Amino acid sequence: MRYEAPETLEAAVALLVREAGEARVLAGGTDLLVQLKTDMLDPTLIVDLKRIDEMRKITSDAAGFCIGAAVSGAELKEHAGLTEAWPGVVEAANLIGSTQIQGRATLGGNLCNASPAADSVPALIAASARVSIFGPSGRRELAVEDVVLAPRRTALQNGEFVVSFQLPPKRKGTGDAYLRFIPRTEMDIAVVGAGVCLAIDAAGTCTAARVGLGAVAARPLLVAAAGQALVGSKLDTAALEHMVAAVRAACKPIDDKRGTIEFRIKVAGVIARRACERALERARA
Amino acid sequence: MAKTHVAFHVNGDPVEVLCEPQSTLLDVLRDELELTGTKEGCSTGDCGACSVTVDGRLICSCLMLGVEAAGKSVGTIEGLSSQSAAGEVLHPLQQKFLEHHALQCGICTPGFLIASKALLDRNPDPSETEVRYWLAGNLCRCTGYDKIVRAVMDAAADLRKA
Amino acid sequence: MQDTVNKLKPEPDYKVVGTRPIRPDGVDKVTGRARFGADYNLSGQLSGLVLRSPYPHAMIKSIDVSKALALPGVKAVVTRDDFADQGSEFVPAGEMLINYRDVVRNVMAREKALYEGHAVAAVAATSPAIAKAALKLILVDYQVLPHVLDVEEAMAPGAPLLHEGMITAGVEPAPNAASNIAKRVEFTLGDVAKGFAAADVIIERSFETKPVHQGYIEPHACLASVSEDGQADLWVTTQGHWVVRAHCARLLGMDISKLRVTATEIGGGFGGKTVVYLEPLALALSAKARRPVKMVMSREDVFRATGPTSGAKMRIKIGATRDGRITAGEGELKYLAGAFQGSPVGPGAMCAFAPYDLENVKVVGYDVVSNRPKVAAYRAPGGPISGYAVESVIDELARALKLDPLEFRLKNAAREGTKAAYGPKFGPVGLIETLQAAKSHPHWTAPLKTNQGRGIASGFWFNIGGETTVSLALNEDGTLILMAGTPDIGGLRASLCMMVAEELGLEMGRIRVSIADTQSLGYNFLTGGSRSTFSSGMAVVEASRSIMKQACDRAAKLWELPADAVEYVDGTVRPAGPNAGQHPPLSLKAIAAMAGKTGGPIIGSSSINAHGAAPSFGTHLVDVEIDPETGRTTIIRYTVIQDAGRAIHPAYVEGQYQGGAAQGVGWALNEEYIYGPDGKLQNAGFLDYRVPVASDLPMIDTVIVEVPNPRHPYGVRGVGETPIVPPMGAIANAIADATGLRFSSLPMSPPRVLAAIEAARVTGDKNLRLKFF
Repeated sequence: MRYEAPETLEAAVALLVREAGEARVLAGGTDLLVQLKTDMLDPTLIVDLKRIDEMRKITSDAAGFCIGAAVSGAELKEHAGLTEAWPGVVEAANLIGSTQIQGRATLGGNLCNASPAADSVPALIAASARVSIFGPSGRRELAVEDVVLAPRRTALQNGEFVVSFQLPPKRKGTGDAYLRFIPRTEMDIAVVGAGVCLAIDAAGTCTAARVGLGAVAARPLLVAAAGQALVGSKLDTAALEHMVAAVRAACKPIDDKRGTIEFRIKVAGVIARRACERALERARA
Repeated sequence: MAKTHVAFHVNGDPVEVLCEPQSTLLDVLRDELELTGTKEGCSTGDCGACSVTVDGRLICSCLMLGVEAAGKSVGTIEGLSSQSAAGEVLHPLQQKFLEHHALQCGICTPGFLIASKALLDRNPDPSETEVRYWLAGNLCRCTGYDKIVRAVMDAAADLRKA
Repeated sequence: MQDTVNKLKPEPDYKVVGTRPIRPDGVDKVTGRARFGADYNLSGQLSGLVLRSPYPHAMIKSIDVSKALALPGVKAVVTRDDFADQGSEFVPAGEMLINYRDVVRNVMAREKALYEGHAVAAVAATSPAIAKAALKLILVDYQVLPHVLDVEEAMAPGAPLLHEGMITAGVEPAPNAASNIAKRVEFTLGDVAKGFAAADVIIERSFETKPVHQGYIEPHACLASVSEDGQADLWVTTQGHWVVRAHCARLLGMDISKLRVTATEIGGGFGGKTVVYLEPLALALSAKARRPVKMVMSREDVFRATGPTSGAKMRIKIGATRDGRITAGEGELKYLAGAFQGSPVGPGAMCAFAPYDLENVKVVGYDVVSNRPKVAAYRAPGGPISGYAVESVIDELARALKLDPLEFRLKNAAREGTKAAYGPKFGPVGLIETLQAAKSHPHWTAPLKTNQGRGIASGFWFNIGGETTVSLALNEDGTLILMAGTPDIGGLRASLCMMVAEELGLEMGRIRVSIADTQSLGYNFLTGGSRSTFSSGMAVVEASRSIMKQACDRAAKLWELPADAVEYVDGTVRPAGPNAGQHPPLSLKAIAAMAGKTGGPIIGSSSINAHGAAPSFGTHLVDVEIDPETGRTTIIRYTVIQDAGRAIHPAYVEGQYQGGAAQGVGWALNEEYIYGPDGKLQNAGFLDYRVPVASDLPMIDTVIVEVPNPRHPYGVRGVGETPIVPPMGAIANAIADATGLRFSSLPMSPPRVLAAIEAARVTGDKNLRLKFF
């Protein structure tokens, strides 16, 4: 196995494309190193993306935020503007593993590891995040919900990697939140995760809503019907119940060591409702 | 397997190693630099026994490649105490861990101390809940965490007075 | 000798015992200096790795290591062919027994691989990467066999048999067919039929617990070096290095004197480091390669191939009269032993009803093999499992009788003179004192909020003594060197120094203590059974008194007085009785300085088989809060009350109480071995084997009750194991109090709790008392 740490996007792509064996990109490494250790992967080349400037910084302007895909969760949390505008996204990123993991884990890695249970992804879906992808044919963009196709499989082509995430600017009357259910209070993989982003008008009527779910299907889901159940309502009990029903209808989970099908479906509704309530508090603030 | 030359700092001192690309920072610290105070409990980032700081940031050294350390500054348990004319002076956290009897077997202790210092460097007045959540990635199977949390809170109080 | 050692001091007017000094090994452990199992290295050492069976049950038809041996850098490979077979012989391992015929098969599979993770071959190579590559070159021809994991399925006729010749022991007449039931045990007192006939209320319930792992943070590790003349050194993280020496010498056919074992600092054991896994392999590899071999287990291997403790299925039946007197208790316990016999069902059966003063008891237990890793001792082995079941039924019975569960326990509590179902009559014991302390503790009467509940449970552990040697050398400057042989896992060195300091009237700082290697001290049984402070404590007191006696003799010689005319008081020797004041007192330091002239070095030693270990009872209180929508249980308050006999170093006694409670919380709520239908363990890591983290727990309050053990010079009882006995029952009872529902299987994880809540809502169960928002 070789290790390279290129300083430009182009150099990274060249390394990836040129490699005859299996090449893997390294950002925070919190999944990759475990996969190497447990022999799930045996690549011939590791390309460390952390020396590429664009991937390591957070910028903001009128169009919103641009978050480098190799920025760590801890760095996201220390960015006051981002934390104020997108508290749900930052919370989600900071639920990934321990404090130690947050020192390394990145949004790019969390997405491209392509786990159905990735904590940051439902929050990013709810936040309408888009990803900027760089590869042999240059740059392209995708909605975050279109990146993961199945467990361990993404829409990235050979030689492509995610460079950054774009989030809209902070708008008055909007709020986002992410909650997950785990058996302990920390350190577990989400059994169910729900990200919610809401917008309300001056009268308190919901004008837009997006609900993202994790760990209840083969990939993180955008549940359009759940958002639609809220739009036009005052986010009253009846509307929330419709939202919960839509969430549960969208769940296609599995039984595994982390939870049962019945448990995941039931708790997905509970967690989505609680995330809605928290997002609403933020939208009102 | 070709080795890579890697130069970085450990506890303020410059070090150079020849590192296999798949070796973790933990491997490099323990096997190449013979700094065995940093412990290996799981190799998968789930126990925190291998906690170190890299450029001041708390991480699990089992989840970072040694080659990634090039040019960085690594802090380990061996660098927590300081030297004075009178000899080694324990960090207040070390002293409080002793006074509160916050260790039984002691295998998790280096990781807890490094993680606790990273907390107090950022938050000099943490609540009990903040301490518990910050340290959730450090497993201790002996103490039930009670005396560890008390030691960290007490060290924080002392450091605030200093 | 024993008489003087066992004399109880009349008043606890101690200067050192009962204080909280900083432990002697403390600075090493907060600075990273302390060296644990994986921290030892020798020049020229090789890396050893183990090839493990991917199948839970398979015949091993052949093993071809030729390709692995041909790989450059590979220096040795060992398989079953490198270990002579052993006859059937049971020897103690902690509080359990192991059979050498099984041990040789567990360290290296012989005829069959009996569980996923069973060692099949081991390699030593010049680097870990080469060793890893070599493992992939070993060709094992397996014939996969049907496997069995569940205890009742394993007991059923027609189940896949692990051991063709296993005939159930303890059954008359002996069965004529082999089965997976290794043994039946029974403990009976009085007549349960008569007892149940006298009961007004009888409750009978079935329970299930899953295997759980000790979860020590330090993986097994060792470093072996065998020289050309057959002399060998082994550094190992273990609870008992003399025991490791015995096992390794036996398995490798070595003279015991040829093998020196050094116990490194140990990163947790909880019973799991009382047996051998890597050590015989490392020695065998080193003997073949003629180079030192270091072996360290991965965390995954720790879960797949070491520990855990038994899972079990149980039936418990208890009857009582309307006025709250228990008339009979009956239990049937089926414990999983793993691949080889030796589950802790015996102690489980003995402990089950031990907290109660009963006339009629019958407990039957079965020791059952299945395709799981062989169980090892885990803190009060067997006790927490049966204790959980009995304490759940006791609680339900109290409620059925409309009695306060604490008062019900008080009314039936074991006390001095109670005859336990397993035989002995208790001497002074502290159960009633712990219950009374619970009753007067503010926790017991604190108000609870919505969806919160409170539970109580009591527990018992025997504690053991056993073979122990220490030596105490007086240095020429008056300082002392104490050598003990029971590895220090949680503050033992502090406690031993404190007892020496107390005896000799010295400051603790004048004593330097080490855990000696097997070459430097006589035999010591392992640290286990909560014996180390008790037994090594008894020995250091004897050694200290020997030093005092010798100091008096030397002074007597100097002063030309009869030996009995000199006494040792507060660190000095002085003439006594009619000669008092005749000479100025001589300090121990002065005696030490003139030791050469008065007869030579002064060394006190003690080699004993420590008798008189006394049981410790505990009572736990716990408050929980249930999230009715997710089934999550949060521990919001926890209090441990336990009889320590006497706490030498109260902080480390509290630490044992707190740590046991925390492990119990994990056992109760989330920890379990999860297998797939393929018989492979699915959660062999700390990610999905969910031990409690700091944010899962509140502060854990402790109350140390002291009812001294009359057979220990300082009144010590063991304290390490009892704390893990009550938590599962207490938490189950608290969850029942909060929800109105009884949970009869562990862990009470959120999916299980939520499913029960949902079922109760659907059926309109009137017991359900949660409030939904």
